[in-house]
Amino acid sequence: MQSTTLTERVGRRVLRLVSAAVLVFLVAPVLIVIPLSFNESAYFSYPMSGFSTRWYAALVSSEEWRLAVVNSFIIGLASTAIATVLGTAAAMGISRPSFPLRGFIMPLLISPMIIPIVVVAVSLYLVFAPLGLTSSHAGVILAHAALGTPFVVITVTATLMAFNWNLVRAAASLGAPPLVTFRRVTLPLIAPGVATGAVFAFATSFDEVIVILFIGGAEQKTIPRQMWSGIRDQINPSILAMAALLTVFAITLFLVIDWLHGRAAPAADTRG
Amino acid sequence: MAAGAEADPMPRAGRDAYRAARRKEAMRSLAFALPLLVFLVAVFLYPIGALLLRSVQSEDVAAALPRVSAGLAAWSGAALPPSPVFEALAADIAAAQERGTLVSAARRLNTYEPGFRSLILKTARRLPDPAAGPVAPAFVAIDPRWGETETWHFIQRASARITPDYLLAAIDLRAGPRGLSELPPDQRIYQAAFARTFLISGTVTLLCLILGYPVAYLLATLPPRQSNRLMIFVIVPFWTSLLVRTTAWYVLLQPNGVVNALLAQAGLTREPLALMFNRTGVLVGMTHVLLPFMILANYAVMRGISPSYQRAAVSLGAHPAIAFLRVYVPQTLPGIGTGTFLVFVLAIGYYITPALLGGGGDEMISQLIAFQMDRQLNWGLAGALSVYLVLLTLAVYFVFNHFVGVDRLRLG
Repeated sequence: MQSTTLTERVGRRVLRLVSAAVLVFLVAPVLIVIPLSFNESAYFSYPMSGFSTRWYAALVSSEEWRLAVVNSFIIGLASTAIATVLGTAAAMGISRPSFPLRGFIMPLLISPMIIPIVVVAVSLYLVFAPLGLTSSHAGVILAHAALGTPFVVITVTATLMAFNWNLVRAAASLGAPPLVTFRRVTLPLIAPGVATGAVFAFATSFDEVIVILFIGGAEQKTIPRQMWSGIRDQINPSILAMAALLTVFAITLFLVIDWLHGRAAPAADTRG
Repeated sequence: MAAGAEADPMPRAGRDAYRAARRKEAMRSLAFALPLLVFLVAVFLYPIGALLLRSVQSEDVAAALPRVSAGLAAWSGAALPPSPVFEALAADIAAAQERGTLVSAARRLNTYEPGFRSLILKTARRLPDPAAGPVAPAFVAIDPRWGETETWHFIQRASARITPDYLLAAIDLRAGPRGLSELPPDQRIYQAAFARTFLISGTVTLLCLILGYPVAYLLATLPPRQSNRLMIFVIVPFWTSLLVRTTAWYVLLQPNGVVNALLAQAGLTREPLALMFNRTGVLVGMTHVLLPFMILANYAVMRGISPSYQRAAVSLGAHPAIAFLRVYVPQTLPGIGTGTFLVFVLAIGYYITPALLGGGGDEMISQLIAFQMDRQLNWGLAGALSVYLVLLTLAVYFVFNHFVGVDRLRLG
């Protein structure tokens, strides 16, 4: 039996209080968006002046927002597909003990995660503009794919740490061609890691605004890009309605990851 | 492997075959990573390299004013250049105006001295005719600045194709005729901006550590069922879009927003506090966005720490607080390191949150880079500021990799 002293009990009480305050600080601003999005007033004032769904109506009827939602999904899914294929293949190489120059190549592969995003955006504009890749979906998709790859590399590499390479050898010795081995043996075993990486890559693209600000045109406006101009240029409470929907979306995403991983502690790209 | 020392060395042919097989195996592993490497070089590393190179390139003046550039190459700078240089300037300006390259040269010269662009364009409109008499006095008649050696000195500097000037300008230095000098205090921007970026990032990192460490500790020491339930409080904000969270603070911190209303209701304030468009807004917003990184990084390490060491210390007579500080905290250093690294590195590149919640005195380096590129079209200075920002990021990365190790970076 473990005995607890008074100091320990007091310490524990203080710890709980402090943690509760911090958790409220974390979650309250995110959740408070939901009731505020039903505020009747056109200004972000509190107390609320009345209940109204007018901002949701404005959202649904807006052609701009519809385009932004469609763009977010097109760009997000396309860049996720590229990032997942390239990142998974790279992780398969890196995890082998024979992989050369690891200390040199690994920083290159995760550099999209740590290089300041404004530097990335300005650089891409410099190189993409003469190639006609600015104001194009292709340019934004390529850029977002690059930003998403480190997340796939890291999650799949972590999954492969526990992978038994003898299974691959066994399949090969039984005559399976490499691609069949990958599809029937390796992929099913690393699928949770690949899926987690893909969700990260998608979240990275879905939340990214700075690259789009620099290299995207009017046709490439995504949800975050639209929210940016909603705050920056015309203060419009329909961004609150969109924010509330995205919060619900985030909770859903959490439940998906939770289901994929049993319990996950993931990291999205939140560079501002 | 004691037997190995006595056994015959591998026959030569066998050893070569073994090496060849290993090399082949290494190449095969590398082949898997090759598509991603090629992709990243093409759409990520090459563009960044191109931008960073812009910080030392200076082609505009040499291309637009080739004869002046050649004429000034041998000029000592002691007195005004000889009259052929003035004639070359007249010819170059006329030619450049025809080719449409004069404006970019004028813009480049303007980076040395505000007003240089208008000097060039004004001169171009009233270009002296070499046939009408000596050109040098005619130039001075257009503007007395043509009679000053400093003007010519700047043209000489700008016509060098490789220049240190942007890298100097990005830290408020200027190379004049008498060597390096600091800009006058009212024109210094960037040293202060770097210091501010460092200060804001450091403060945010410290706030995240102070707020996040206890939460991670509580989550790691609670029974799994309870801690899983509380984890939602960390993960949901984490998965929520950055823009949503910044928008939320934008709304909450308004003068007539929720926070001020609650403060007034509680009788704590009479007047609404200024909570946004200032440093408070930036710190609150950035801490909120980055705090989950700190909690998750520390939680991942703390979860693997056995409580028995701490208990042992207490049972041997240590005060619980001492046992915590001397026995528990040192075991969590990898978590503190990872969290600090992530938060700091992300913070120094921040753009959106300071742009929306900050005021005039809170601009971070990212905002200044965007401004130079977007509004000023000054690629050289944008590149030079990027060089310092990237170097700073890499320095933080290498410190982290040395003390903690990049392999500890986990996301799942």
